[in-house]
Amino acid sequence: MRFSLVLLAMLMPAPVSAEERAITIAVVTQERDPVQPVSPLDREVKDQGLAGARLGTADNATTGRFIRQRFTLVDRVIPKDGNPAETIRVLAAEGIRFVVADLDAPALRAAASSEQARGMLFINVQTPDDALRNEACRANVLHTIPSRTMLADALAQYLMAKRWRRWFLVTGSQPGDKLLADAYRRAAKRFGAEIVAEKEWTFKPGHARTDTGHVTLQSEIPALTQVVDHDVLVVADEANEFGDFLPGRTARPRPVAGTQGLVTTAWSPVSEQWGATQLQARFEKLAGRRMGVVDYAAWAAVRSIGEAAIRSRSDDPFAIMSYLRSPDFVLAGFKGQGQSFRPWDGQMRQPILIAGPRLLVSVSPQAGYLHRGSELDTLGIDREESRCKF
Amino acid sequence: MQVLILAAVFIVTAHVAWAETVYVSNEQDNTVSVIDGAALKLVDTIPVGRRPRGIRLSADRQKLYVAVGDDNRIDVVDLKAGKLEGSLPSGEDPELFVLHPDGRRLFVANENDNLVSVLDIPERRIVTEVEVGVEPEGMGVSPDGRFVVNTSETTSMLHVIDAGTLELVDNVLVGTRPRVAQVSADSRQIWVSSELRGTVEVFDVETREPLATIGFEVPGVPHELIQAVGIQLTQDGSRAYVALGPANRVAEIDAKTFKVLRTYLVGQRVWHIALSPDGKRLYTANGNSSDVSVIDLESQAVVKTIGVGRSPWGLVVAP
Repeated sequence: MRFSLVLLAMLMPAPVSAEERAITIAVVTQERDPVQPVSPLDREVKDQGLAGARLGTADNATTGRFIRQRFTLVDRVIPKDGNPAETIRVLAAEGIRFVVADLDAPALRAAASSEQARGMLFINVQTPDDALRNEACRANVLHTIPSRTMLADALAQYLMAKRWRRWFLVTGSQPGDKLLADAYRRAAKRFGAEIVAEKEWTFKPGHARTDTGHVTLQSEIPALTQVVDHDVLVVADEANEFGDFLPGRTARPRPVAGTQGLVTTAWSPVSEQWGATQLQARFEKLAGRRMGVVDYAAWAAVRSIGEAAIRSRSDDPFAIMSYLRSPDFVLAGFKGQGQSFRPWDGQMRQPILIAGPRLLVSVSPQAGYLHRGSELDTLGIDREESRCKF
Repeated sequence: MQVLILAAVFIVTAHVAWAETVYVSNEQDNTVSVIDGAALKLVDTIPVGRRPRGIRLSADRQKLYVAVGDDNRIDVVDLKAGKLEGSLPSGEDPELFVLHPDGRRLFVANENDNLVSVLDIPERRIVTEVEVGVEPEGMGVSPDGRFVVNTSETTSMLHVIDAGTLELVDNVLVGTRPRVAQVSADSRQIWVSSELRGTVEVFDVETREPLATIGFEVPGVPHELIQAVGIQLTQDGSRAYVALGPANRVAEIDAKTFKVLRTYLVGQRVWHIALSPDGKRLYTANGNSSDVSVIDLESQAVVKTIGVGRSPWGLVVAP
């Protein structure tokens, strides 16, 4: 063990002074097709996640400079036909032990289960799959991005606080949309709501930019939403293919909530409470754009590693990893409460924002949802329900 | 019966015969609420700049300084006239600040800029800036004038500044999201609250060695909601009071043994707190219930709740 650490130190890219200790974190992402934003007000984002990790590194460095710890960031892109395990093998050879994984579920599984991944820590900042926190969980994976179940529970608590009990569920065609719809059904049952109608969105995306775009939508959406009366339309459209077309076009004058409309999310540019203004301002200065949810998850991942290194006063990856999972760990995530990792599945417990298009509407957990431990654990899979076995 | 009522009136009158005035900064209202400490009633509301938070008295107690973060300045209120008289430069986004015992300099935390600005009041200019950690917030000064202390929220550090040379003397890692730092009346201890760790740490001023870490427990309140924010240390060094934020409690601590003696149930999200000059009452700014609780420390009871502006944040008591 001692020998391999020495070897790792020798393989470090930059020489480190005896006094100063360096911790290197890799952001690993996948080559993806460019996504055309639905709204002309949105711009295409090319450094999603990476920019958040950069801000996290800058924040870590401020404490680090006072206690002689240095944090560096490298980024790697897995090509479309690439093998995640190969990327991990190269990182391991460079002596890198911490990976911020901006990967979809299959790529994350492949990366984290590769041979060299055993002594590494992966923090998932992209995929909300509940399976990765349950039957497919791994001891070397933590999650700063919330699971679908957490998002659905957060929405259900808010809708119940509003007494909007009758839901009309509209689900997109992607596999993730179906899983999110499952999470909404579970949340409805758990918190006492009723799904009175369900529809699938089957139209092709991308009509809106044509000259007749609004005309088509104005006839399609009332037809789709002509269902029994409900209090709220709950939408599951993770890829943002159609959800933004719904508000203002539904057959009945009902609010839209879920992935669009009232959005449940770990982060939104509209958040400004609990010092969020400062985080948003720092991000905008660094990235020249607004902070998205993957940016936030990547920031939280890098800051978590930094916080654990600073608090454990160590650059030993094992010491940092064990501190991250210890009850002493707490991250200041600008959402009003300390955030930490659930020991049973590695998920970061955190408040979930209910964000309007221009302002914050609410934050879950809602008042009155109690828990014997942390009220944050009223969102998502609790210890007793967890199917995760490390 | 008649006699009893008369007696009661007499006792109450005698009991409330203090003449202090409480000034409360209302973060969302852009006002300062004025509370008559004898009647325990709201008597005036003074409009100030945008997002008022840090609030302090001038050395001669004739003026009130209010940090108005969104206007990037410190407003000056003439207390006799009861209105805004002008403003002072502060650097960007001032939050908390302290008046040095020399009566001439304000040390201001610039939340967005990672700086502590040193303002010369008579000259009305920033004389120097001290670089600290990210999101500087808490500001304290030792009564002997030697040290100014600051906390940075994201860096989680206590920064000790030599008030003479204006250089950093030390940086000490403290609990997560440190909010407030106060130096004891004898200039020997620094007390620092950690919002998200929910603790208060006490350090020796000279050596910066930790003397104690004080934790809090409130039955029925989850630990995430027990957050330590405002600190008030008594002049005689016997007690410390700590606002516990969304736990809606203020803790009373024996400042010699560092033991928590009791907690008081006050308004919602209690943020900053202030002692009366005679040390017999504690006033609390309750951000979420938009009121001020008054704790009578002799009878150990919350005796009054006074509605103020929206989101009261800081407060100061003038004799």
